[in-house]
Amino acid sequence: MEMEHAAEFVTGARRRRLKVGRVIRTTVLPHTLLCLLGVAFLAPFAWMFLTSIKSVDEIFKLPVVWLPTRIQWQNYIDAVQTIPFQRYTVNTLLICVLSIGGQLLASPLVAYGLARIPFKGRDVIFYIMMGTMILPYQVTMIPVYVMYNKLNLVDSYVPLILPNFFGSAFYIFLLRQFFRNIPLELTESAKIDGAGEFRIYSTIILPLAKPAIYSVALFTFLSEWGDFLGPLLYLNDPVKWTLSIGLKAFIGEYKVDWGPLMAASTIFTVPIIVLYFFVQRQFIQGITMTGFK
Amino acid sequence: MAAAGHSAGVRRRQRKVLITGLLFTSPWIVGFLIFQVYPIILSLYYSLSEYNLFKPPVWVGTQNYTQLFQDEKFYLSLYNTVYMSLFGLFPHLAFALVMALLLNTNVRGQSLYRTIYFLPTLVPAVASSLLWMWLLNPQYGLVNQALGALGLVQPNWLANPDWTKPALILMGFWGTGTMTVMYLAALQDVPKIYYEAADIDGASLWYKFRHITLPAISPVTLYLVIIGLIGSFQYFTQGMVFAEASQSVGGPENSMLFYAIYLYQTAFSFLDMGYASSMAWVLFAVVMLLSAIIFKTSAKWVFYGGDK
Repeated sequence: MEMEHAAEFVTGARRRRLKVGRVIRTTVLPHTLLCLLGVAFLAPFAWMFLTSIKSVDEIFKLPVVWLPTRIQWQNYIDAVQTIPFQRYTVNTLLICVLSIGGQLLASPLVAYGLARIPFKGRDVIFYIMMGTMILPYQVTMIPVYVMYNKLNLVDSYVPLILPNFFGSAFYIFLLRQFFRNIPLELTESAKIDGAGEFRIYSTIILPLAKPAIYSVALFTFLSEWGDFLGPLLYLNDPVKWTLSIGLKAFIGEYKVDWGPLMAASTIFTVPIIVLYFFVQRQFIQGITMTGFK
Repeated sequence: MAAAGHSAGVRRRQRKVLITGLLFTSPWIVGFLIFQVYPIILSLYYSLSEYNLFKPPVWVGTQNYTQLFQDEKFYLSLYNTVYMSLFGLFPHLAFALVMALLLNTNVRGQSLYRTIYFLPTLVPAVASSLLWMWLLNPQYGLVNQALGALGLVQPNWLANPDWTKPALILMGFWGTGTMTVMYLAALQDVPKIYYEAADIDGASLWYKFRHITLPAISPVTLYLVIIGLIGSFQYFTQGMVFAEASQSVGGPENSMLFYAIYLYQTAFSFLDMGYASSMAWVLFAVVMLLSAIIFKTSAKWVFYGGDK
């Protein structure tokens, strides 16, 4: 609108030309670029799905055929039979659900202590916790493995699930930020009425913090669903594998069955995408919430 | 008397607060001791020992470290990893910023575009790596089809050691959505009044970007650089999956033997837990050093708003 000041000095034609230039710069150009990039970002998804419904002949055909002449679901049947798909899905879900349970028990509790109980040494604990976030996983990986090995817990789900019951620094940080922003007045009157910290935590703070809690549940689900290194380290028996490890089995020594593999990848990815559309708002909020100031 | 009684009461209350606070935070404290403090001490001990999991560790002093600094594969894996940090992280960051700037022009359908760019970050690393192996297939893959149509070189991405890392970096662009979302949130927080003031002075677009936008979003840049660097030094899954195509850890000519992969191989394939532990400590030292340097220099290029 600052253009209007200058408007007195330019003739009508020039003003129109300026306006056109501005529209191109601020609307047409960004829109075109966003559109092109959007297509580029969606293409791999399309390619994954289209490969999964093509026959072998059409998968390996040049020039590339985008749309199959005949949609066939055989690849999905093959995918489910090449690896014990149901078994792996159940295994993966089991780990996800128990991990989420553990995180939701521990992380908000710790976050509440750090956000709203002014005890001595609290800041020290908080800074140490933040410091642990830059500790590479590789430093503790070997001794922790040795520990589980001594306890005969390698090749079980315990090493993958148990750590969640102690909370994780990132989620605790995220929740702490959220709890701190809940006005003190909301809990002050309960305190005067003699309510203990745990009562305040469970009846006032937790219900208010639902969006943040959903975010933590989601992040935990995502990281466990797609975890690769953990199951690779701890699960030897193929019956116990998860989907992410199972998918690797599609890569043969001499050839890869791309049709069934893309079918399996589609089944592996779709639940997350669907979940995302249900909880999109919390999700984006959760990510930008970490934009610590 | 009254004063003494009062201060005793205060002390009692303080103790109660302390106990409550420790109880609330105890899950993390216990986990920290079991899963971090104890393993860190043990890891240091292993790094100074010869240890193969079956026999008790034997103290060898600094031998693992001296051996490490003569190990060609150590340097190669370090080179591969640094390559990914430099040519992966910074282009990805710049790309994410450009995407966020485009989204921030308030075009219609902004949230639709944001969703599209964000979706790939939801795909588990194994699945996205497998998908990209197929996209990067030299004959039938979409990428080479597109490059061919444009008359450009069509590399044999996963078989040619010169192209494996660029292939991983290319795939990385697809997963920059998280960075874009964070940048977009930061851009939307920049007070409009700055731009209006600059417009009155007749500032150019570039000037406004350079002197208003970049400083305003610098805290997010700092965060993304730190997190990205730490992440790139632990780069693992994608390299493991891509190397699967050549049926060897590290891929063609070990061009995808990243630090974390070499460490994993040393510990769990060669069962050389002592040597792998010394690698872990070198990794830790490098990450600490880099983070410290970035934090130190950040005083010069990171600007925090006055209100918080």
